[in-house]
Amino acid sequence: MSEAVIKTEKLTKRFGDFIAANEITFEVDKGEIFGFLGANGAGKTTAMRMLCGLSTPSSGKATIAGFDVYKQTEQIKKSIGYMSQKFSLYEDLTVLENIKFFGGIYGLTNQQIKTKSEELINHLGLQQEAKKLVVSLPLGWKQKLSFSAAILHEPKIVFLDEPTGGVDPVTRRQFWDLIYDAADRGVTIFVTTHYMDEAEYCNRISIMVDGVIKALDTPRNLKDTFHANNMDEVFYELARGAKRGE
Amino acid sequence: MPIIWTKYFMNWPAAPNAVNKLIDMKQILIFIRKEFAHVLRDRKTLLILFGMPIVQILIFGFALTSEVKDARIVIMDQAKDAASKQIISKIAASNYFEIDKTVRNSQEMKEALKQGEIRLAVIFPANFYDDLVHQNEARIQIIADAIDPNNATTLTSYINSIVQDYQMDFNKTNNIPYRITPELRFLYNPELKGAPNYVPGVMALVLMLVCVMMTAVSIVKEKETGTMEILLVSPFSPFKVIIAKAVPYLLLSLINVVSILLLSVFVLDLPINGSVLLLFAESILFIITCLTIGIFISVKTNTMQVAMLISLMGMMLPTILFSGFMFPIENMPVPLQIISNIIPAKWYYIMVKDIMIKGLGFGAIWKETLILAAITMVMLIISLKSFKIRLS
Amino acid sequence: MRTIKFLLQKEFRQIFRNKAILAMAIVVPVVQLLVLPLAANYEVKSVSVAVIDNDHSSYSQKLINKVTSSGYFKLTGYDFSFKQAYQLIESDRADLILEIPQGFERNLVRENGQKLFVAVNAINGTKANLGSVYLLNVIQDFNSDVRLQFIQPGALNWQPTIDVASSNWYNPLLNYHVFMVPGILAILVTMIGGFLTALNIVKEKEVGTIEQINVTPIKKYHFILGKLIPFWILGNVVFTLGLIVAWLVYGITPVGNLFLMYGFIAVYLLAVLGFGLLISTFCDSQQQAMFVMFFFVMIFVLMGGLFTSIDSMPNWAKVVARFNPVSYLIEVMRMIMLKGSGFKNIAPQLGYITLFALVFNSLAIYNYKKTS
Repeated sequence: MSEAVIKTEKLTKRFGDFIAANEITFEVDKGEIFGFLGANGAGKTTAMRMLCGLSTPSSGKATIAGFDVYKQTEQIKKSIGYMSQKFSLYEDLTVLENIKFFGGIYGLTNQQIKTKSEELINHLGLQQEAKKLVVSLPLGWKQKLSFSAAILHEPKIVFLDEPTGGVDPVTRRQFWDLIYDAADRGVTIFVTTHYMDEAEYCNRISIMVDGVIKALDTPRNLKDTFHANNMDEVFYELARGAKRGE
Repeated sequence: MPIIWTKYFMNWPAAPNAVNKLIDMKQILIFIRKEFAHVLRDRKTLLILFGMPIVQILIFGFALTSEVKDARIVIMDQAKDAASKQIISKIAASNYFEIDKTVRNSQEMKEALKQGEIRLAVIFPANFYDDLVHQNEARIQIIADAIDPNNATTLTSYINSIVQDYQMDFNKTNNIPYRITPELRFLYNPELKGAPNYVPGVMALVLMLVCVMMTAVSIVKEKETGTMEILLVSPFSPFKVIIAKAVPYLLLSLINVVSILLLSVFVLDLPINGSVLLLFAESILFIITCLTIGIFISVKTNTMQVAMLISLMGMMLPTILFSGFMFPIENMPVPLQIISNIIPAKWYYIMVKDIMIKGLGFGAIWKETLILAAITMVMLIISLKSFKIRLS
Repeated sequence: MRTIKFLLQKEFRQIFRNKAILAMAIVVPVVQLLVLPLAANYEVKSVSVAVIDNDHSSYSQKLINKVTSSGYFKLTGYDFSFKQAYQLIESDRADLILEIPQGFERNLVRENGQKLFVAVNAINGTKANLGSVYLLNVIQDFNSDVRLQFIQPGALNWQPTIDVASSNWYNPLLNYHVFMVPGILAILVTMIGGFLTALNIVKEKEVGTIEQINVTPIKKYHFILGKLIPFWILGNVVFTLGLIVAWLVYGITPVGNLFLMYGFIAVYLLAVLGFGLLISTFCDSQQQAMFVMFFFVMIFVLMGGLFTSIDSMPNWAKVVARFNPVSYLIEVMRMIMLKGSGFKNIAPQLGYITLFALVFNSLAIYNYKKTS
């Protein structure tokens, strides 16, 4: 019996006349890896920002880990992790300092921070780089570090906004290993991506077109429904009618 | 048109060259139009570009006067007789002073001076009138808050002349012998307004800001965003890129010059006494100087932030310091006075002052023009040289 | 509290790691404090006088001697025609023309009165004003000398005179450094506090790290405090450095209570940092923030009474000055450092600054949105 940790009902965000996200309704279960796909400008980031409490919805309902996105944004923030499109650790701090800082502001105890950071650095194999400034790391490591920082406080849900943009295939593979590890520990993963091979790694995916969710199912079912050989074809089928885009 | 074409054919060796030039001009015009689009689209910067001179002219022209008035003073009148009261009412009637209050003892006076708003205390000792009539000599004491030395000196001398005045009235019956009456005339600026001094300075400052900072930043921006490379791989020559970048700022600067002059004539009541044409000619020379400096900075830097910092710290600050309109150069230590000579704004400021306020002609400022032209040439050669080095 | 500790740790690390910021915060103010007072010397000490002596008498000679020996004037020459003298004014080689008319001595002796003509280049109002004041004083002195010479010793006091004795308090030597140094220190503290705070937050916006902070459960006021405290400390460091420079280089030591000075600076910095924060909430790029700050700092400095006294400004400018925090600091700095004013004297200014601090910071907190 699974429980839904993300629930939305007709969630909408308007900017003036422009409807960035239009009546989005879906549920994500605990421990699930949920892929959130869509073309550029389809409204993915807007939707994700609403779920993270960074942006107040215009209408509709949503609860994250049981908390309301209108009134309980601060409680939501305690139970989620977030990794944005832009790399967002402090480049002028060292790896260790970044981990300590984010651990600290999420209220981890000093002991927890210590064991966690050791664990993390060993896990990522960053022993040599622990005391180096983040700015000197290659992009792939930065992304892995970002992800690790986002789940440092053991959130129930982690939101990843195009986490693997500009990263080589090998590093992407390693990144997904980290995601699976986290999912195995019961963390719910909510991820947006442009890579269709990554979409196949997800338990379920939704495809957004022009602010509306056009499809939502497991990758296998979607392929069957659209009589497609791979996710690329499914995506193309749905997204080519899009009016918005960059 | 046909006539021109036949001319080309008649004189055929010159034709390709001339046609090329025609095409060149068209290219440059297209480019200039693009630059204008950039400049005009950035509303916030545009607001600063045109708002800054207006605000500066208003502040400098109205708020900063060297004239002293409405200084708050306290009176300690221990005499309270006819003479002291008359002098006090004379002080109260003058525009220079505003009597804040009267104090009873020196303790209260000290407190009042410590309060900060009181610039001066006038003390009449007891028996002031008696002394004046019977001893033929009376004494008034002035205590000035001398933290601002010039202000203190001026205020003291004003009180002095009010007292002199009173003395004259007092002695009206007896004619004072051997009297010298100085007749004072303030040339160019009878009301001692700040504007005649500041307006030429603001012009120098604004042109500097617009031409140096804006040109440097806009060229470096193309470097930073990578569009410069696209321009460089196009058949358009890099020199033309630079020239096309500079033209919009030249025009914008001229608009600024016009708006400053209009403001000063119609709002500040500061007429242009000399030749407007000469004023514009010298302004164009100074604008070109600033543009070459801006181009030089852009060649030497790679990020907007650095370009901005250098323009601000390296050009704006020295301009404010050494052009002579804010800080008197003659009072500076000799090394600073020498440095001031290489600041282009100093020469421009002198010329604007001479043309606009004193109404002098080219004969009086040819030396300054020459110096400015020389600085421009040197800057131009240096920046073209470093530009070439960059390209190879 | 623990959250703030972590925020502070992070800010300090970043500040100390960024050499450019450290240089901007420490070296630049010290250099400015060394250079600016040298440049900002408005002392009027050598006014150039061109004399047109049409009399060539012993009296005109004496008057010229009196002018040159007063110490305020530099004689350009004394045998000009009016046209020549006027050209000297035009070319800035003379500030003043003193014209002694023909028959000066004769008229003075025989007719008991004579006029003198003084023309001043008044483009620079301060210099014109003081130059003419000095010259008039010299002429007056000369006048009493002449009178003394003619009036019989027995009748010396036949006419009542009022003697005006003036003394200059707080700055008896009329030294310009005394006037400028505390004011410049006030400006520096303002610039450092305002600029660094505004740029720092806008940088987090630009880089995107602020978004990462916004998804964490830290409170608004935690974040703002985490930004305020480091720059507040930095402002105090800059102020202390400035005091040391003022003491070592200019020999200016605070007459008043140092604790009172620091107390006022403490509140003032809160106001300025709050202003920086407020600006940062409106701006999206460091370039914009810099422009906006530059604009305001320019107005604050020019209208803060650093160079020209606020008393002489027109009424609208006085109203603007009321809303200018810098004007209060410049005033209070001069009061405490030079006059030894006490708490009672600066209480009104402290009140205004507290109000500024409250308004700026609450606006900044209100305007800083974790959620858009």
